[in-house]
Amino acid sequence: MESYRIKSHPILPVEEREDVLFTWNGTPLTAKKGEMIASALIANGISVFGHHPKDGSAQGIFCANGQCAKCTVIADGVAVKSCMTMVAPGMEVRSAEGLPELPESAVVTERPPIEQLACEVLIIGGGPSGLAAAIELGKHGIDTLVIDDKHALGGKLVLQTHKFFGSEEDSHAGVRGHDIGKLLAAEVANHPSVKIWLNSTALFVFSDKKVGILKDGVYKIVTPQRILNAAGAREKFLRFTGNHLARIYGAGAFQTLVNRDLIRPTNRLFIIGGGNVGLIAGYHALQAGIEVVGLAEALPQCGGYKVHADKLKRHGVPIYTSHSILSANGGETVESITIAAVDDKFRFQPDSEKSFACDTILIAVGLDSLSEFTQEATEAGIPVYAAGDALEIAEASSAMFNGKIAGLTIVKDCGHEEIGPIPPEWFAKAEVLKSHPGPVKPYQKGLPESGVFPVIHCLQEIPCNPCTTVCPTNSIQTEDGGLMALPRYTGSCIGCNKCLLICPGLAITLVDYRQNPENPTVTIPYEVFNLPQAVGNPIEVVDIDGEPLGSFPVAAVMDIKNRHTQLIKVKVPKAISKQIASFRIQSAEVSRPLPEPIIPEKLADDAMICLCERVSVGQVRQLIRSGITDLNHLKAVTRAGMGPCGAKTCETLIKGVLREEGIPVENVVPNTKRPVFVEVPLDKFPDGD
Amino acid sequence: MDKSYDIVIIGAGSVGLPAALELASQGQKVLVVESASAPGQVNNKKAIGGVRATHSDFGKISVCQRSIEIMSTWQDRYGDDIGWMSNGYSYPAYTPEDEKTLKDLMKIQLEFGLNIRWIGPDEYNDLVPGINMEGLRGSTYSPGDGSCSPLLLGSAYYFHALRAGVEFRFRETVLGFELSGDRVEKVITDKGSYPAGMVINAAGNNARAIGSMAGIDLPVFPDNHEAGITEPVGKFMGPMVVDMRKRPGSANFYFYQNNEGQVVFCITPDPPILGVDNRSTSEFLPLCSKRMLEVYPRLRHLKVRRTWRGQYPMTPDGFPIVGKAGLNLVNAVGMCGQGFMLGPGLAELLARICLDELTPDDPRMLASFDPQRDFSGMEAFK
Repeated sequence: MESYRIKSHPILPVEEREDVLFTWNGTPLTAKKGEMIASALIANGISVFGHHPKDGSAQGIFCANGQCAKCTVIADGVAVKSCMTMVAPGMEVRSAEGLPELPESAVVTERPPIEQLACEVLIIGGGPSGLAAAIELGKHGIDTLVIDDKHALGGKLVLQTHKFFGSEEDSHAGVRGHDIGKLLAAEVANHPSVKIWLNSTALFVFSDKKVGILKDGVYKIVTPQRILNAAGAREKFLRFTGNHLARIYGAGAFQTLVNRDLIRPTNRLFIIGGGNVGLIAGYHALQAGIEVVGLAEALPQCGGYKVHADKLKRHGVPIYTSHSILSANGGETVESITIAAVDDKFRFQPDSEKSFACDTILIAVGLDSLSEFTQEATEAGIPVYAAGDALEIAEASSAMFNGKIAGLTIVKDCGHEEIGPIPPEWFAKAEVLKSHPGPVKPYQKGLPESGVFPVIHCLQEIPCNPCTTVCPTNSIQTEDGGLMALPRYTGSCIGCNKCLLICPGLAITLVDYRQNPENPTVTIPYEVFNLPQAVGNPIEVVDIDGEPLGSFPVAAVMDIKNRHTQLIKVKVPKAISKQIASFRIQSAEVSRPLPEPIIPEKLADDAMICLCERVSVGQVRQLIRSGITDLNHLKAVTRAGMGPCGAKTCETLIKGVLREEGIPVENVVPNTKRPVFVEVPLDKFPDGD
Repeated sequence: MDKSYDIVIIGAGSVGLPAALELASQGQKVLVVESASAPGQVNNKKAIGGVRATHSDFGKISVCQRSIEIMSTWQDRYGDDIGWMSNGYSYPAYTPEDEKTLKDLMKIQLEFGLNIRWIGPDEYNDLVPGINMEGLRGSTYSPGDGSCSPLLLGSAYYFHALRAGVEFRFRETVLGFELSGDRVEKVITDKGSYPAGMVINAAGNNARAIGSMAGIDLPVFPDNHEAGITEPVGKFMGPMVVDMRKRPGSANFYFYQNNEGQVVFCITPDPPILGVDNRSTSEFLPLCSKRMLEVYPRLRHLKVRRTWRGQYPMTPDGFPIVGKAGLNLVNAVGMCGQGFMLGPGLAELLARICLDELTPDDPRMLASFDPQRDFSGMEAFK
């Protein structure tokens, strides 16, 4: 069987791991030690894990985060979520076909009493904001417990192989996300008053001011004085025909498989959503050796940073703006996608359909703050704070900053008035770091015609400036000295390449006239494949939009190992030297549409709105039209939201239909949130004597 | 000019919804006033769905027998799937005292014509495979009892009531009555006032407050109960299991597997937690799971999906209060956590009260629900 493991990666180390043997429906397969069942199956080319009891549709990985139950399999006779259950040697894994059987009875075992403990501050989530807050609390010796449901600290930083934006001083700009996670975790470890619980999921903040936590599979009850909700966000899903097919999932699941587990879950990927999440996931896919067929964004312009979009375009990934997904086509799993142009009201335009062969569709259409812990704590009467995406959806650099602010606010509220006011500049920086990108401006004019100098292909204001702080001759400055303004070259470049290596957007090239003024050397930073580019290989250089400028042999290659980057040098005619932004790596063949578009026979309202309980958009719309605007009533009638994910996926989709139907927000009653946050076996709860 | 109605029902819950459909089907012009934003959104949806005629008095037995007839034939009559299952009820006994109590009660129940019998441990293990046999002395088994989805039935009643011409006013709170002597002339809400021929107080938790608006003291005091539901699995158990034993912190508890394959469970706190508080506590899952796994170890791998909290609008003796007060106010309150199973059968009785069509049997049925009774007794088979 073909292996879908990533054997080499430009950024991530690929370590040798021990093999573990298990069986899938009786067939022997090999997993890696410590691997989750889902990842092991996908590594062996298996993407259908079972069939839904209600309609027999194929089920597979969806959230990769223990939140839904789409990846359920039967492991040694017990139905488990395969994304959260480790493969054990000799494990017999079977596909979940219909309702699972409950295994025969087991003997009652004596249990110890549930451990109960108190702490001053409980931080839910060990990502950038939670850790930044924990550091502030630790500095002041406050008894803090940080819990995180993953096996390592860092939250989504762990999955980020790209260099970060922001500033070097405040948010580790230019350092790769997963390395920032490690830096923060190391700093937290210096503070003895901060305790860390990994593999620990908060299940609910109960009205008796106690928080139920499942730690390493053992239920514990914590009574905190204060809670910081730093639990992040969840991804939004979309309504479209065929959205129930296997191999449609979000960026979180994709990055977990690719960057945490080093699995290549797809050969041909199509991405919906041109925010930073979708754009970065596309880049991660290229780094993992996956063909990215295209990316569609419903707005006329990508919402993410232009430098991220440019990276994709330069490498040969087409971006279809003002386009959305019409359908996912296929039997059980995705075989192709149909996109079509949309107008300013997101209505599909006739005869604009295009279809592409692909095996996976990644949905990256935005995030919703994970607000339930804040709500629960408020109802329980525990002082609660929020930071990071749980407070407001923004970049990790901003999350680190508002985490710091939240941390210091809690320090003060814990009675440490002596620390004085929170520095006002922190608020200003937190504000700037979450800024949306500004307008696109023209290239810098009047660059030299001699010597060596950087060409900055960063034309859109974003909160980022490491190129200005790294330059040893202070030759790059932003226009107004601030974090947002565009960086401009101001003078005496010595050709040290530091700006090329630190730029998170890979948006700086170096043009060197010194050897040959008519045929200057252009140096291009490159980090997609860690395969050495041989000198003499022809590469097709492109401008900022990916337009070809000609094919030239590689003149030299510099491997900057500690930066996981190659600097590729080409000698080109003077006329195009400043236009070159990068070179194409994915052939046009990959992105070619099918000769005829596949027009779905089913209507858009046949799309699923609740994947767990198989409820269609049409069913919900009909009820809304009959006057039902209470989501709890819609749930009672249709079961939408009663499934394992607890309305985490369908709630925003249903609200979308309510909006479409013109129901005023004040008439909409949201779902009531109840325990437990994720499904937990009954076995975990009994309290011993 | 205020719009007037033959019947105004206060509360679109377990009692109000069936009563509305029944009365509208008999040609009455019915208005239902409900403070929540949708039908069945207070305690109706919190019910776990069990329906039994296995009670200890003629009134509840008769009303619930009728409810079972209505629910079990619902799909044939109306076409809607309400998830009805004739899965039965069982009360296993693990002590000689419980065995005696249950068997003594069975004598009364058999006299009332209930389909109930005593089964031995082995037969019980066939019905509930893997049940803890240690100390098990046998169980009652009443195969005619069953279960259905409160959510589906509540919604079905609502839609059929709409079709039968019932008007619903949601997000509207009753503030008082316009009275003249023993007669309620109008029901006054925060949004309007409605002249009414008859008024039914089916206000659940708020029954006492509504009663006081008419100058009556209805002894209805809600207490809190928590319940939960698991993931679905293939059918593995038959009847509802009711464990009557008392333990520190709890009285009885019960669970069953519904038509979706999910196990629904609930426990009775001891002492009761009075008041109305829908927030979940940290005590429920540790307490309830411990007792469930002790009696049925097989449940250990089942994943808990959701828990919730609702109220039993209790009366001092555990029996509902149903009957006319004054000339035209009918109270149907204090269902003591059994509103869901009593509601459909009660609707017909309420219609007969409202329309002055009581049958010769009805007074016997109403005796245990008499608002004027001495509340000092206690229900034997709660």
